[in-house]
Amino acid sequence: MATQQTQTLGRLLLTPAVALLFVWMIVPLGMTIYFSLLSYNLLNPGMERFVGLENYVYFLTDPAFLASLRNTLVLVGSVLLITVVVGTLVALLLDQAFVGRSIVRLMVIAPFFVMPTVSALVWKNLLMHPVSGMFAWIMTSIGLEPIDWFAQYPLFSIILIVAWQWTPFAALILLTALQSLDEEQREAALMDGAGAFSTFLYITLPHLARPIAVVILIETIFLLTVFAEIYVTTGGGPGLQTTNIAFLIYSQALIQYDVGGASAGGLVAVVIANILAIFLMRIVGRSLEV
Amino acid sequence: MRKAIGALVGASALLAAAPSFAQTTLTIATVNNGDMIRMQGLTSDFTAKNPGINVKWVTLEENVLRQRVTTDIATKGGQFDVLTIGTYEVPIWAKQKWLLPLDDLGAAYDAKDILPKIADAVSVGGTLYAAPFYGESSMMMYRTDLFEKAGLKMPESPSWDFVFDAARKLTDKSAGVYGICLRGKAGWGENMAFLTAMANSYGARWFDEKWQPQFNTPEWKATLTDYVAIMKEAGPPGSSSNGFNENLALFNSGKCAMWIDATVAASFVSNPKESKVADKVGFALAPNKGLGKNANWLWAWNLAIPAGSKKVDAAKKFIAWATSKGYTELVASKDGWANVPPGTRTSLYQNEAYLSAAPFAKLTLASIDSADPNHPTVKPVPYVGVQYAAIPEFQGIGTQVGQQFSAALSGATTVDAALTAAQASTEREMRRAGYLK
Amino acid sequence: MARRDSASRVFVSTLAAWVVGFLIFFPILWMVLTSFKTELEAFSTPPSFLFFHWTTENYATVQERSDYVAHAMNSLIIAGGSTLIALLIAVPAAWSMAFAPTKRTKDVLLWMLSTKMLPPVGVLVPIYLIFRDFGLLDTRSGLILVLCLGNLPIVVWMLFTYFKEIPKDILEAARMDGATVGKELIYVLTPMAVPGIASTLLLNFILAWNEAFWTLNLTTSEAAPLTVFIASYSSPEGLFWAKLSAASTLAIAPILVLGWFSQRQLVRGLTFGAVK
Repeated sequence: MATQQTQTLGRLLLTPAVALLFVWMIVPLGMTIYFSLLSYNLLNPGMERFVGLENYVYFLTDPAFLASLRNTLVLVGSVLLITVVVGTLVALLLDQAFVGRSIVRLMVIAPFFVMPTVSALVWKNLLMHPVSGMFAWIMTSIGLEPIDWFAQYPLFSIILIVAWQWTPFAALILLTALQSLDEEQREAALMDGAGAFSTFLYITLPHLARPIAVVILIETIFLLTVFAEIYVTTGGGPGLQTTNIAFLIYSQALIQYDVGGASAGGLVAVVIANILAIFLMRIVGRSLEV
Repeated sequence: MRKAIGALVGASALLAAAPSFAQTTLTIATVNNGDMIRMQGLTSDFTAKNPGINVKWVTLEENVLRQRVTTDIATKGGQFDVLTIGTYEVPIWAKQKWLLPLDDLGAAYDAKDILPKIADAVSVGGTLYAAPFYGESSMMMYRTDLFEKAGLKMPESPSWDFVFDAARKLTDKSAGVYGICLRGKAGWGENMAFLTAMANSYGARWFDEKWQPQFNTPEWKATLTDYVAIMKEAGPPGSSSNGFNENLALFNSGKCAMWIDATVAASFVSNPKESKVADKVGFALAPNKGLGKNANWLWAWNLAIPAGSKKVDAAKKFIAWATSKGYTELVASKDGWANVPPGTRTSLYQNEAYLSAAPFAKLTLASIDSADPNHPTVKPVPYVGVQYAAIPEFQGIGTQVGQQFSAALSGATTVDAALTAAQASTEREMRRAGYLK
Repeated sequence: MARRDSASRVFVSTLAAWVVGFLIFFPILWMVLTSFKTELEAFSTPPSFLFFHWTTENYATVQERSDYVAHAMNSLIIAGGSTLIALLIAVPAAWSMAFAPTKRTKDVLLWMLSTKMLPPVGVLVPIYLIFRDFGLLDTRSGLILVLCLGNLPIVVWMLFTYFKEIPKDILEAARMDGATVGKELIYVLTPMAVPGIASTLLLNFILAWNEAFWTLNLTTSEAAPLTVFIASYSSPEGLFWAKLSAASTLAIAPILVLGWFSQRQLVRGLTFGAVK
């Protein structure tokens, strides 16, 4: 169907988006590359000087770098896994006929409405606090020792909070996709004696492949930059257990005001994100075939 | 729907393009702490006395405000006319010539009345660069009822040994009472504020005269060992992520027998609307180790004017109003003496009405007086500041060290390993910043 | 509904859906409940569920202290404006990639996503300098621009996915009937894409609504949206959980309305599909 005419039109329609994004990318990127080669602390203006790759060397040899790389991967991977699995199940459930659909749907999307700092503060102080939190109270009432979440399982606690925030995103996209699934096809499969599970496996899941791939890619981009949740709960500690790349860059940019170091860190993050994205495209990219 | 949103977008473009030129409008950036909120509420008193000046408030939480204001002043964005900054920023920014000197706030301002230690902290070369709005130190808050029941008596200036001993005796985990609550959340203004003050009383220092980090000294080891040990034995669960507010919540719900933190907490813990233990709180100086230094810090929030401001006169008028004796009286007449901003003026601590309304006033003053930003610890140091070193690099260094120390507290690492890591990361940063060759 | 739903099956799904919904919603419910407590009660143990002294004093405090309406209007304009402009640019782009793909399409898609990979905090100083020089600091137009460009890749991606779901033969049929591309977009494609567009609109609106880096760092007062409003209640010296809960409840109230509206679009899309 792709005639010459539609091809030309297609390019024409694509141009505004591409041109805008190109400018939006190239200007800050250019400035960041320039700053990354300077010794430039915001608190020492007028002292900028060219230092070559020193900022990169410094960032990459930071003992915190490897730990934060690992934490970043664990955080992104775990949250993706949880949100996609839970999101799929929730979407399947919400696709059923039941009483009060609109209300339940709204309840399920609601975690996405709350600002990350607020969610983190609510989870930390009202739910997970080992003395005054809700979870501690539940544990004590059934005769167990309350869990000291942020000391015993710091990274897992952050994963839990972030996964809670992003499950609605996955669920909503997958639910929307489920609704365009051809009902007759599924009915027919069920009529042919296929069980609910094999219907899911052979009809529903392939249909969801593309939306799941999109959820994974989009979420990855956002999850790579998670830092508000870390900042208000653990401040990156204890030790380096909850320091991720974004927090490391944040602490260079807005705690130390080291613009040079933060720029170098930001560019390292771009490289990591690209590697990750290419890797993910390898895995999920087939379902994106155009 | 589409029309409505189209109209909104159009309206936004119009609104964005129509500034008003009628009056001088001051944009004031401030922290969302109680005393500043009260100042914001009293704005009409200022505008009534100064027709022609409008005030717009930007009230943000401390960390956001700090990053916001620093970015703006460093890039000369010119978004603010009056800034609220801490004692940490004042000397650094004054040195960069980012702040206007405030030596001419008028005769009624009475600069000599400012508490000498606070005035030191916000002056460079004898010139005032920021006007203190409220000042604080740290002190010991404790539960008089629990002490009585255990047959203990808190001295006015307790030693660490007494505090540790009392903490062990007062801990009753089955009843949900913990002997001592202290900060543990990683951050230069979180656990490191407390631990640096504690280390000062142990005779430790951040850097020697040649800027060599000192975490490999026995003083730091003793500090961190004692801190971790007592928190394990007598501290509440979750302390490695507790900051000021978490401890305040614990203390106010009756879970802590002792708490050492900012003097401003005194008014919160003794407020019956916010505290279950309001009538059972006693105060004492922060503990010492018999070396002549108590573990108290010194901090003040101050108002300052960025260099290059085009509204200097109006800004000075505002600062003179907000930090004057008249403002104190205004607050007293509206909300009572207990609510006036503390810790900045000698005259306040000679005022009988204030002293009787605020039982913690004398100790606050004594705590502020015993902290010395120029000589924070036993040995000489090359930096200014009690619970911080006023150099631009400190926030980053302090946060990294704070992470290590919170790991020692949570048990993720040992005291020795935490100190070694702290020493290494601090040396690395100091070398990069050019202090160490 | 075309399904053969027995009463018992509906009962089981209803029960399961409500339990799951409740569990996911609980932290927010807890936050809303907290907003009606006193600061002291907010962290009392055992926790108070419903039988506590309900008070609206937190809302009164918030009302007195900040101009909620002004912040909410800014949020509405910024989030709405940036989402709509992004949609206007993204619909043609996504159409082009879904229905007139080339060899490069996949690369272009990936490249678009990569423009979001530079962490905002790493480019704060460059952007701040640009904004200062163009007089965009503390303006709604500036924020609309930043958030629109920031979310554009996401909008394109989501729309692209939904457009790919639309059977091509329907478009072919329309074209056979002599429909121009413009008519095709408006009369054939758009109605079929309504659920997809609605969910894209909702999700990106929320992303823009909650964006708390640029909105906090590029505004002072005139253009300050609800994120700034929230930051004035978060973590002061002193107890704040009840007041923050109240402020946050107020901040999410407007999006609940939008959520409700787009829910209806989703349901309509469903029945449309089922009737076909």
